[in-house]
Amino acid sequence: MSIIVDENTRVLVQGITGSVGLFHAQQMIEYGTKIVGGVTPGKGGQNATGVPVFDTVKGAVKETGANATVVYVPPPFAADAILEAIDAEVELVVAITEGIPVQDMIKVREVLQNSSTRLIGPNCPGVISPGLCKIGIMPGHIHKKGPIGVVSKSGTLTYEAVGQLSAVGLGQSTCVGIGGDPINGTGFIDVLELFEKDDETEAVIMIGEIGGTAEQEAAEWIKENFSKPIIGFVAGRTAPPGKRMGHAGAIISGGKGTADEKIDAMKDAGMLVAPTPAELASTLLKAYKK
Amino acid sequence: MNIHEYQAKELFRQYGVNVPRGHVAFSVEEAVKAAQELGSAVTVVKAQIHAGGRGKGGGVKIAKSIDEVKEHAEAILGMQLITHQTGPEGQTVRRLYIEEGADIKTELYVGMVVDRGTGRVAVMASTEGGMEIEKVAEETPELIHTVFIDPAVGFAPYQGRELAFALGLEGKAVRQAGKFFAALYQLFIDKDCSLAEINPLVLTNGGDIIALDGKINFDDNALFRHKDIQELQDESEEDAAELEAKKHHLSYVNLDGNIGCMVNGAGLAMATMDIIKHYGAEPANFLDVGGGADAERVATAFKLITADENVKGIFINIFGGIMKCDVLAEGVVAAVKEVGLQVPLVVRLEGTNVERGKEILNTSGLNIISADSMADGAEKIIGAIS
Repeated sequence: MSIIVDENTRVLVQGITGSVGLFHAQQMIEYGTKIVGGVTPGKGGQNATGVPVFDTVKGAVKETGANATVVYVPPPFAADAILEAIDAEVELVVAITEGIPVQDMIKVREVLQNSSTRLIGPNCPGVISPGLCKIGIMPGHIHKKGPIGVVSKSGTLTYEAVGQLSAVGLGQSTCVGIGGDPINGTGFIDVLELFEKDDETEAVIMIGEIGGTAEQEAAEWIKENFSKPIIGFVAGRTAPPGKRMGHAGAIISGGKGTADEKIDAMKDAGMLVAPTPAELASTLLKAYKK
Repeated sequence: MNIHEYQAKELFRQYGVNVPRGHVAFSVEEAVKAAQELGSAVTVVKAQIHAGGRGKGGGVKIAKSIDEVKEHAEAILGMQLITHQTGPEGQTVRRLYIEEGADIKTELYVGMVVDRGTGRVAVMASTEGGMEIEKVAEETPELIHTVFIDPAVGFAPYQGRELAFALGLEGKAVRQAGKFFAALYQLFIDKDCSLAEINPLVLTNGGDIIALDGKINFDDNALFRHKDIQELQDESEEDAAELEAKKHHLSYVNLDGNIGCMVNGAGLAMATMDIIKHYGAEPANFLDVGGGADAERVATAFKLITADENVKGIFINIFGGIMKCDVLAEGVVAAVKEVGLQVPLVVRLEGTNVERGKEILNTSGLNIISADSMADGAEKIIGAIS
């Protein structure tokens, strides 16, 4: 088993005729993901990299039986694309787009709460269950199937974790990038709940960064509810306060959201915390082999 | 993006948020003229810089005559104003705001932010006006009253009353405060603010509610739909290198250390700074070249790093996903050929097209130290500069 995506996931690509969407649609197909169609308003009836293009998400779902969609739509139109997918009752929406205005996400979150859709992202690398399904922009070839779950706010830092894991012979059940925006769909706790129930996942790496309190809340939750070995890492110990560090959500404001606060919360929950980003796999091994 | 107090107050006026009368001044003559126009018994001369804590730093002075306005304007304009937010070098004052004095009865606080937990706009009010609100939140959180705004409903009148009563207001001030908060919320939504803060918010002896100060931050991701707000940017308040980076869609933050970093991805970029610190040195910058960077953008990023005089060594750390290692290598080689390489350079490449990338660097004839991992790279660059 795996979480969120598997061999039965049938995926639409919103923004498939754009250069980014098209490139990654090809990459996903090459990986073995079942890409069943694309959506670009006004380009319905065309064909992109071998799959049919539709004008609307509803139309695409009706014709293809898609149960997931990935959004590569540019920031000004991305929230609208997500809303369209929620309205079409797609079970899973993965939003890759970086730079969506936060007030657009306030509206999305409101609609999302009254729906049955799961949103991952935005501003994330996506989700991959190695060997089964890859939705997003991560390099597929570094992944290996196995027992370790990864959940992270950062894209390349997830690749770093996966690279280290694969190098020591530890494969991954599912890797989920929840994204670096202040308002997102799926949070750490949502993913950890799924990892807890997943038979294949035996241990987890959780990667956070400065800004907000999601890591602290997750640590609090882990203390009471998570039974598997889990280790953490938090990026941004050296980040100055008041400066946005790339991600819209990565900012220490009013002295809150520092890496040290988060690391303390993780340690308090009994988690091992990797002292450097080069020690993600070795720290996991310590917790896992205990 | 941040703006000045006088610009915030102009927006407040447009939205019907009560503010004292005032004019911006770029010179002492303009300051005097502004004070004459106001004709108020008491005039306040306020330094306009983006940092808070201006009063304590000597950037806000009260004048009771035109002569005093002139005196204060001469003293403040051009001064290097140091506050707890500017850092020890301070910020040069280039603009003044000349404002009529207010007849203050009580100093209050109101602020609006996007709350991550609820995914809604939070409106916070406190009786502790004039204090640092972070301190109030830390020491006496019960003195901050917060309401969350349902995006489908907007700011409801009952929420305005709730906040007004929590501030201890009475009579017409309750109605005025309600209107004030609703207007501020409308501005917050219309202009895609990420923060709006009025500290102090003042109840006058006449029973009126006015904004004595005003701070607004805007969501950078939403600036594309607000040309009017983009025009308010004062570039002299920004770090020159950070401004230059922004023009090239690079995410860059200037820091105090001496190891320049170029990384793809924000999380990995922060983690790279952290590992440099872990091994005993200090990063000179945060720099995320982004996933879709081409050779030209990589070259621009490289030049930005080498332009920083504090940089004694450079560490390039790339885990290629969308970013291809060979593209990165081409960009670095092109940049070095153009601007030269006066300091040690360590490169760690991993991921997509890594072999081709390494080959480009190895055959370039440049003096590049290659590293096998992040830790190896950090240790090598620190070793190379010490």
